[in-house]
This record gives sequence, structure tokens and C-alpha cells, in this order.
Amino acid sequence: MWEFLSRLFGRENEASKVAAKERLRLVLVHDRTTVSPCLLETLKEELLDVISKYMEIDQAGFEVNIEQGDDSMALVANIPIKEMKRALSRTKN
Amino acid sequence: MPGKALVITSGKGGVGKTTTTANLGLGLALRGHKVALVDADTGLRNLDVVMGLENRIVYDLVDVIEGNCRLAQALIRDKRTRNLVLLPTAQSKEKDAVKPEQMKELVKQLKDEFDYILIDSPAGIEHGFRNAVAGADEAIIVTTPEVAAVRDADRIIGLLEASGLYDPSLIINRVRPDMVRRGDMMDIDDIIEILAIPLLGVVPDDEGIIISTNRGEPVVLNGRCRSGEAFNNIVRRLEGEEVPFLDMRGDGLLEKLKRLVGLR
Repeated sequence: MWEFLSRLFGRENEASKVAAKERLRLVLVHDRTTVSPCLLETLKEELLDVISKYMEIDQAGFEVNIEQGDDSMALVANIPIKEMKRALSRTKN
Repeated sequence: MPGKALVITSGKGGVGKTTTTANLGLGLALRGHKVALVDADTGLRNLDVVMGLENRIVYDLVDVIEGNCRLAQALIRDKRTRNLVLLPTAQSKEKDAVKPEQMKELVKQLKDEFDYILIDSPAGIEHGFRNAVAGADEAIIVTTPEVAAVRDADRIIGLLEASGLYDPSLIINRVRPDMVRRGDMMDIDDIIEILAIPLLGVVPDDEGIIISTNRGEPVVLNGRCRSGEAFNNIVRRLEGEEVPFLDMRGDGLLEKLKRLVGLR
């Protein structure tokens, strides 16, 4: 009955355009952040350079990925540390 | 001054690229410009049928590229205006019978003789698409108010940029004013907001366009039809004129009455 009434007053109709727009927005968030493996590899190398200044990393276990949630994207890095560096002098100049 | 080459593309199939190419080409030609239409959909030739010129084909684009004939021999003159020619593509060859470099050279030759070269791109983003955009100076993206079509249009914007074609313009095809009014179809503002490229035109979905395509006569010839009017407006915008967009919220009762008694 409620469904009939809401259809009568156009609420369900209203939803179809809104749903289309919302779904489109979501799918484009994912599409537009699609990163090529090549770019990801470059990012990984540069991250490695920066982090290596501060600590020693287990390079074999170093992973960088883009993870997709339902409505969000995240850059997730797993960086196993072997040892912290005591002297940070190299970074200062 | 060399002519301007425009590629008409979409990503998704079935949104009306070929119909758009035919109508804009004939519209421009009827307004006095010299126009060449190029069908870049090798293997799935369509533009000839939409133009009603399918019985006149002798040579095609692949013949020109393979050197079987001269370019001028493959150009089919339109039966309605001497300003318009069609370069059909091959039906029995594969898409990779043509290379982007060859396409570029061919379009360059056409630009010496014509004011506008409209290139009808195949659906997809592979070889045929790369051929179609190779010689183009500007791009027109055709979409419909559907999630899948707009998504593909967004992807095409990125791929065009990668090919050096910035600032494409957008034609939104098959808009149904009654559905937009009910809130059951994304409207123009929604789509423009999402794609963020300039709007070139809005074409309503009407029966006139189907009837005229059945006959092989582009709807732009029919001034009484809303879609024909829409294509004519786009043609004038391509010439640089500022033309207001058709109201897509649909006709009120008064408008319908006026149309009925022939006041517009």
C-alpha cells in the first residue's frame, strides 16, 4: 500500500535518476583512480628511496597497492622494517 | 586554409555516433561548407546505409590506402548536395588493414580540399579508435543519459587526452524529455557536472529520427522534427554561432497544442 502511494506521488520515480547519478559517481571514482602497474612500480621505487633514508626495509616484503572499498580508495603500503637507522645526518643536508 | 578534422566518438556502441556524423555532415554541407565524411569503422561499415548511399560504392578507404585507386575515385558524392562526399570503409577487411599513420596522411589530403572532415569512429578503444583519432584536430563525444554510456564517455575523455586531443565537446543523444521531467532520466546538468566538458548539443529521442534513418535520409533535412532541429542547432554552433539549447524538460500542454495546430 505504501509502495503504491509513494509511486503515485512520484517518490520511486525520483529515485531512479538519483540512483543513476549516484552509481555513476561511484564507478567513476574507481575508474579515474585506476593506476597502471608501471606507475605503481615507479611510486614503489621512489617510496623505497625516501624511506631508506630513515630505516632499513625488507625489500622482498615491500608491497604497495591500491585498495578499493565500497565508496573509497586507499593506497595501502606494507613495509617490513629490518632496522632503524640511528643517524639521520644524511637527510639533513 | 586547410579544413578542420573532427572525430565523432563515444566508447560505447549504439549511442548514435554514425547518425550524428551523417546529420552534422549533411547539415554543414547544406549550409555551404565542403564536407567529407570518413567511415573509420572498417569491417562494420554503416555510414553509407545511414546516408542512403550504399548502392554507389565502388572503392573504399582500404582501396585508397592499398593503392588500388586514387582518393578522388573512392569519394562518393551525396545525392542531395554537391558539397558532401562520403569515403566508405571496407566491409570485408579487418580493422588492422589500416594504420594510424596512413589515416593521418589520408585526412591531411582531405583537409586540402574540404572545409570539414567528419570521422565516424568505431565503438571501443582499440585499433579502430586509434585510427579514427589519428588525423583529427578536435573530438566530439556522443553519449546517452545512461550510466554505462556516460562512464565510457569519461574513459574516452582520458584516452583522447593521451592522443593529444584536449577539450572535446559533448553531444547528449536520445534524451527523453518526458522521462527527464519525471526524474527517471539523468538531465543535461547532471551529465555535464560529472564529465566537466563543454556541451555542444542535446538531441531528443523521437520517432522522426528512426523514420528518416529507415529511408536513408538524415533527419536534419526535416525541420519540423525536434531531433532535426537539434542537429541543425549543433551545425550552427560548429560554425561559431551561439544557439540556445532546446528545452529538454518537455513540452507543456500549451506547446503541444501549438504544435498540433501548426503554430510551430
